[in-house]
Amino acid sequence: MNPDTLFSGVRIVGTGVDVLGDLLVHDGLIADFGPSLGRPDGATVIEADGAILCPGLVDMRAALGEPGFEYRETIASAAVAAAAGGITTLAALPDTQPAIDDPALVQLLRTKGDETGSLTILPYGAVTRGCRGEELAEIGLLREAGAVAFTDGSRTIGPARLMRLALSYAHGFGARIVQHPEEPSLATGGAATESEQATRLGLPGIPAAAEAIIVARDIRLAELTGGAVHFAHVSTGEALALIRSAKAAGLTVTCDTAPPYFDLNETSIGDFRTYAKLSPPLRKEHDRKAVIAALADGTIDAIASDHQPRDADDKRLPFALASAGGSGLATLLAITLAHVHNGSLPLPSAIDLLTARPASLLGIQTGRIAKGAVADLCLFDPDRIWKVESGKLPGKAQNTPFDGRALEGVVLGTWKRGKRVFG
Amino acid sequence: MPKMPPVDAPRMLRQRGPVFYRQKHLLAIEGLEPPAISQLLDLSESYVLLNRSGKTQRDLLRGRTLINLFFEDSTRTRTSFELAGKRLGADVINMSVSTSSVNKGETLIDTAATLNAMHCDLLVVRHDQSGAPNLLSRIVDAAVINAGDGTHEHPTQALLDALTIKRRKGRIAGLIVAICGDVAHSRVARSNIHLLTTMGCQVRVIGPPTLIPAEVADLGVTVFHDMARGLAGADVVMMLRLQRERMSRGQIPSAREYFRFYGLDAEKLTQAKSDAIVMHPGPMNRGVEIDSEVADDPLRSVIKEQVEMGVAVRMAVLDMLSRGHRRNES
Repeated sequence: MNPDTLFSGVRIVGTGVDVLGDLLVHDGLIADFGPSLGRPDGATVIEADGAILCPGLVDMRAALGEPGFEYRETIASAAVAAAAGGITTLAALPDTQPAIDDPALVQLLRTKGDETGSLTILPYGAVTRGCRGEELAEIGLLREAGAVAFTDGSRTIGPARLMRLALSYAHGFGARIVQHPEEPSLATGGAATESEQATRLGLPGIPAAAEAIIVARDIRLAELTGGAVHFAHVSTGEALALIRSAKAAGLTVTCDTAPPYFDLNETSIGDFRTYAKLSPPLRKEHDRKAVIAALADGTIDAIASDHQPRDADDKRLPFALASAGGSGLATLLAITLAHVHNGSLPLPSAIDLLTARPASLLGIQTGRIAKGAVADLCLFDPDRIWKVESGKLPGKAQNTPFDGRALEGVVLGTWKRGKRVFG
Repeated sequence: MPKMPPVDAPRMLRQRGPVFYRQKHLLAIEGLEPPAISQLLDLSESYVLLNRSGKTQRDLLRGRTLINLFFEDSTRTRTSFELAGKRLGADVINMSVSTSSVNKGETLIDTAATLNAMHCDLLVVRHDQSGAPNLLSRIVDAAVINAGDGTHEHPTQALLDALTIKRRKGRIAGLIVAICGDVAHSRVARSNIHLLTTMGCQVRVIGPPTLIPAEVADLGVTVFHDMARGLAGADVVMMLRLQRERMSRGQIPSAREYFRFYGLDAEKLTQAKSDAIVMHPGPMNRGVEIDSEVADDPLRSVIKEQVEMGVAVRMAVLDMLSRGHRRNES
């Protein structure tokens, strides 16, 4: 049994909680919190004036290199990066090699997560076998083995009939379908958002409408089937407007976005910078602003890292041939905080979007500050300055689109079930 | 270091005034200021005169190595650079790298390492991927000259086109230039748009909507889908090559339909000014984007002259880019 830990004189922020005071961890659980707690004998006391204590972040979308792409990232290296980023729970995408389309692989990932001691891995199950977009995977058996939801990862479930079947079938198991919304025939071969910049650089473009088309279609299919659809890394104002009205109509439609889509725009590509090549591509400034607005008004349900580890060789290629994706575990909190600092997002909403809301979408109980809750915690200094430097980030994947960026907000420590795993 | 040019060389070649072209590489026209472009064109003009006089500058690049690194076939551009390099006395090596290899990028990085080991001074690159020369310029020591990358830029083509226009029309600023055809997939079009708008032309682009790139009007051009209207009053008609691939990928239904609406023939050309010149970067698809009657009309077509200007422009670019080196060594 771990010794007790007392956080003293910190600002405790969680969904429905925002108090200045102490928080006591006993036996891996939050024993108590409030303005002033006594100091139990033998407790480790953490005093951090001006620091914020929040639930460990719940990252609902991250790719791990394992299995199949260990040269990019291993579960062990991802766990190091996650802990440094304050993340204690992570939902792992299934488009690995092999794809997570077998119940044994779901169990394997869960076990490997437990073995890290710092990170709970919640596997997504593949919607289709091999994430190939042809026939349905064994959604029922995968669900039984512990798959939290279903997706083909970075691949769109393309044919409307297949998406209808997936939504309908998964609904029978109470499972959500997570879609990468990008109409494949409009996106194939594309390297950047379709725009003046793509024209100047001579890069094949992906129109913003490619996202809205799938969102519009899948909202209709969710209505038709009664199934639950979740749109991942939404990046355009057009798609967010559709989601906003679907929610207003009472449909079971949810979505997330990732830091690049509310912090960066297409100009980050500059002179063919492949670290800024993402999927979906970085959009225009007006889309970035629309994502900020949708975070503020609650249209977006969660902020996920959208971590996509890549090796230098995956990126040191002419732009259109370079692999899309950016690493995101270490910067998830700090980029989000940048938009708290600039007034776009209140701190409690930001924490909610990083913890309790993704947790409830994944159907788990963590991500909350409550007596008796598991003590997965993140302590951070919201004002301390650091600089994102590719090559110096924790973990293996150094392909950050935020390279060179100065940020305010440093994780001081991360606790998993009451045990300190970072800092 | 080589001595300065012989006394009978044109004035520009002896000039020791300010150099407006300050970059190490020539990767794109976009971003170049008018004085740098003008100076490159003036220097090119001097080389035209020098070439015509039969004299050469055999010692200007003596001891320098120029490598033509072509990942895409191009007899015309490669021989033009080769001739330019040899006329200036450089050691010229041609390297053709197969584009059929599965991982082109790996080839690119590996090749760069090889080139550094060879102490190449000037590297001329053609690649089928936009931005490949930019990537190379970050990893090789040589000055990189973009000889066409994907659908991005082809800067020496735009310079030779500008030189051709300037010699024929006596000026560049104020002219109406119509660029016609597959603008979406044309690096020639992009470099010309940047150069001609920078130098004060009114630039129009003409083509079917499926071959006009997104938001191209924001580059300062006017878009036309009707060729007659687009050509009206033009001083220069610049035709682009149409690749067969456009038909197979469904961007246009057929070659004959394309020729009917966007091919340049004598009749359509009557819409332009009576002294309008016709240009084409070559190689031409006769009967697809241009009718032979127009292409071969010595009064209108300047296509052969473009080829001659190409050598002079490339000599000027090699000269300009190696000036930095020469300064450092003297």
